[in-house]
Amino acid sequence: MSLLANTGVLLGKELRTEFRSRELLTTTIVFVLIVVVLFSFNLNPTTEESRRFGPGLLWLAFLFAASLMLQPCFLREQNNDTLSALRLSVADPFAIFLSKLCANTLFLLLTELLLLPVFAVLYNVPLLGVVPQLGLVFFLGSVGLSVTGTTLSAISAQARMRELLLPVLLLPLLTPLLIASTEATAALLAPEPALRWDWLAILIAFDVVFLTAVWLFGEYLLEE
Amino acid sequence: MTPPDPRPVDLFLKNIESRSGNSEIRPEKIEIRLENIDKRYGGLYALRRVSLEIASGECVVFAGRNGSGKTTLLRVVAQLVKPSAGKLTFPLAQNGSAPAQKNTGFVAHATMVYDELTAEENLLLFARLLGIADAARRVGLLLSEVGLSERRDSLVRTFSRGMRQRVAIARALLQEPAVLLLDEPATGLDPQGVNWLAATLRRLRDAGSTILMSLHGESEISALATRGVRLDAGAVVDDTQTGASLRSILTFG
Repeated sequence: MSLLANTGVLLGKELRTEFRSRELLTTTIVFVLIVVVLFSFNLNPTTEESRRFGPGLLWLAFLFAASLMLQPCFLREQNNDTLSALRLSVADPFAIFLSKLCANTLFLLLTELLLLPVFAVLYNVPLLGVVPQLGLVFFLGSVGLSVTGTTLSAISAQARMRELLLPVLLLPLLTPLLIASTEATAALLAPEPALRWDWLAILIAFDVVFLTAVWLFGEYLLEE
Repeated sequence: MTPPDPRPVDLFLKNIESRSGNSEIRPEKIEIRLENIDKRYGGLYALRRVSLEIASGECVVFAGRNGSGKTTLLRVVAQLVKPSAGKLTFPLAQNGSAPAQKNTGFVAHATMVYDELTAEENLLLFARLLGIADAARRVGLLLSEVGLSERRDSLVRTFSRGMRQRVAIARALLQEPAVLLLDEPATGLDPQGVNWLAATLRRLRDAGSTILMSLHGESEISALATRGVRLDAGAVVDDTQTGASLRSILTFG
């Protein structure tokens, strides 16, 4: 069976198990909503202030969401040693990683989609005119968050102190991605919105470099 | 009246027979070769210079105390664990069309199935990953064989340990593997379940399937052994096919 066919089957499994248990999505969505609502009531920002601080706050919330969401993605496979069963069944172990990456990106995008209107209302920032451009920035940023987080989740799942290891490794690696995402979002929330291709190029480069590295070395991540 | 569906084990036997040309054991054909296999975890040796040649059709029981290396050895053969030193080869598979890993069914300590999926969804998932043609029909047959047809739509997390083990065994038989690796396969099974498993393994062994399993003590399942290997501290200390010695390994292993 081809890589894509195996990935499709495994992605179906990821979505089915998550929508059945709703463990990750419920926790993450509630958490990021609380962050955005609390900051809104606490700071009571004007539109101008929201344009300055909002993008940073949004990506901070997305980072927290990713940390919560990505930690268990490989840990769950260890409960019944299902990772071994998958390794014995797929033609290319990269399919296991790719399916988790796709699922995590979808869950993250869903969280962002739900958060965006809440942010627009509470922070009084008009977003309607820039939704497609924001979608592109969020997509590229989410792929970067997911690919890095999923990789580190695979590494940390087999380590001691695994709960600490993921955030410790994740945050420094994500710094360039978070800066680029925040700057690209800030440019879109400005009074005269603009799609900043320089920041987008950094996001694309980050995604391509990490995806290529995982494609080349991902097999070793899944070994015992 | 339509004839009843053939039992999966019977289909399996038919496939094994067609693969090997006949159902006789052909000991000159080496299915698995381990040469000086070491497995270290830090400074601890889980396996130490293990060398074995296992012929197609053998039923080998690995015995030994807890921590003697039985599970690690099975995981090395399943290619889930890379040896620290030594060489593992599958001479028959190298010459054949099937890749060695896909040709191996593995029942581990853990059930290797998803609690959040139903029994049928679990088996369908792995059947599709393995590229099994007519997966739904094969899964239906296997569920019937392991006695879980009526619970096919129940989530595995609602199952008892024994029922989970039945799903695990069905999963290992999905792709009609030429090599079956079983790590204490009777775990959680009730006496009827043990009887069923022993009968199934007997049919597979008699058809030429190669079976490697770890067991504690003598049972109906250990009676199937054609060879006993005793491990101690990761090393092979006894390897026999003859009656009294074999019985000794199975009884006191």
